Amino acid sequence: MKKMLKLVNCIKQVPGVSELPWDPRTGRLKRNLAAGMINPACRHALEAALELKNRHGAEITVITMGPDIAEEVLREALAMGADRAVLISDPKIAGSDTLVTSQVLARAIKKACPDFDLVLCGCHTSDSETAQVGPQMVEELRIPGVSHVDQLELKDRLLRLQRLSDNFVETIEMELPGLVTVTTQHYTPRYVPLAGLQDAFGETEITRLTLDDLELDESLTGAKGSPTRILKVFSPVTEKENTVLKGSARKIVQQLFNQFDDKIGGAIGKDIKNYQ
Amino acid sequence: MKETSNEIWVFGDYRNYFQNRVTLQLLARASELAKDLNARVCAVVFGYGVDEWVGEYIAHGADCILVTDHPDLARYQIETYVNLMVRLIEVRRPEIILVGATNFGREFAPRVAKRMKTGLSADCIGLDINEEKLLVQTAPSFGGNLLAQIITPECRPQMATVRPGTFQEIPHDYERTGEIVRVPMPEDLPRESVHLVRSERSAQRSQPLEEANVVICGGRGMGSRKKFRKLIELAELMNAEVGATRPVVYANWIEPEALIGQAGKHITPKVLFSFGISGAIQHTAAINNAEFIIAVNKNPKAPMMAMADVAIVADANQVCTAMIKELKSRIR
Repeated sequence: MKKMLKLVNCIKQVPGVSELPWDPRTGRLKRNLAAGMINPACRHALEAALELKNRHGAEITVITMGPDIAEEVLREALAMGADRAVLISDPKIAGSDTLVTSQVLARAIKKACPDFDLVLCGCHTSDSETAQVGPQMVEELRIPGVSHVDQLELKDRLLRLQRLSDNFVETIEMELPGLVTVTTQHYTPRYVPLAGLQDAFGETEITRLTLDDLELDESLTGAKGSPTRILKVFSPVTEKENTVLKGSARKIVQQLFNQFDDKIGGAIGKDIKNYQ
Repeated sequence: MKETSNEIWVFGDYRNYFQNRVTLQLLARASELAKDLNARVCAVVFGYGVDEWVGEYIAHGADCILVTDHPDLARYQIETYVNLMVRLIEVRRPEIILVGATNFGREFAPRVAKRMKTGLSADCIGLDINEEKLLVQTAPSFGGNLLAQIITPECRPQMATVRPGTFQEIPHDYERTGEIVRVPMPEDLPRESVHLVRSERSAQRSQPLEEANVVICGGRGMGSRKKFRKLIELAELMNAEVGATRPVVYANWIEPEALIGQAGKHITPKVLFSFGISGAIQHTAAINNAEFIIAVNKNPKAPMMAMADVAIVADANQVCTAMIKELKSRIR
């Protein structure tokens, strides 16, 4: 009998809003003010996995690293159609940079799904947007990998990928096992029915892993094990000396064009001087 | 700490006009950083028939070019390029490596950093040398609301990907001379397991938003998809390109290619019109090199208004309509 296709999706819980308030004294985000959600690109990658499952049959394991509350995104992934869920939660992991994160996730994959065929990740997260963890896991797992994939198609053990990369339209093939990071271009994540979501909060057991389970030394993880250090964090907004225009839209626009006709006209390559 | 050579490397991507410009921008910044470190700037060029770029990069500030020219390198292939780069790093041990935050750069640099077990900061918008002679990398962080200054104190090389358009290239000087080191293609490189079956230049203009003189960018404050589409009419009158913020792209008011932001395009227009955008830093960090910004927002306290040269306190949609009308009467 042919072995069941084993897919792994690494997902991340991110704040549900794009503008989080932050405490100017500590420089910290008030993360508790925003409900978490599955990172959008991770959701698209999960949809890609679910479409492979529909077509070929597959078992999907979702893995996330984060605080206990990240269980929510695993439950949601289960409701969408994933089969197993793994939460890597250990306070000692906090502050890990991408080098360490990629190592922890790769270890968890090897532990929870050693015979995986394909790992799918979102191409980047909406909160840190480094896009580094996926490609770094490729190195850690020593498998073929492609970033920024728009669309994938599987034929036996051959994965055919389409992407637009730096203005090149590319078709790429690679043998499984492998890893892809998926963009938000092609796949449309499925709707999660409330009933399914409720079920997912009941039945399926979530596997919990700590650093000890992964046999990772504390000194090699978290902020301690990370080669990068954050010196300081600051708000980038700088106030400019600016011209403020108020009033009716028509008046404002006339004032704008009269006052800055050279600037605007020069840039658009048209004469907008008012000759009346 | 491992002994390093006193070299700052710039990964020389020359494939399109746009990527080549990014390389020149990095060479310009690297030349400044090199003064503080008393270091040499090296451009690393992989490809086939790339002598043209060797000369250009010296003219734009490289002291040395490390070049591997071989038919197998004619197309950018990730594993081969990572393998070559890592071997070169192990031999020459550069202090710093800068890579443009292009699609390729953001796949290539993390893999090189992982092999070298060193740090990498993503999509930097500032690079400086501090008193300890460390590279201070300024990158968007923490949900994109803030900027972080990051260092890699111990591991080498110190690596960063750099946002296109962050630095200004320096004018070429074809009188400049530099060392050209021809690095032979190793015969024992592992075979590529990722096969590029087809790679064609997209028929679309390569980077319309990035190269536009005028960009009109709209946010949620436009009100609806229908109202947002009026910006396109305005853009046609102004020979401008239309960009959008993330909520707008997610709401499908416009195609995802129009996204201006940390995960999307980074733009450097002469004039930027910003309609109904409050100014989350994921967005503002991608536009802060615009020369002249005109922002329209009902809320005078929106961060976008603080960074504008002209802040218009009004309904974005109404101003858009008025602008279309006024332009039609003025342009003959």
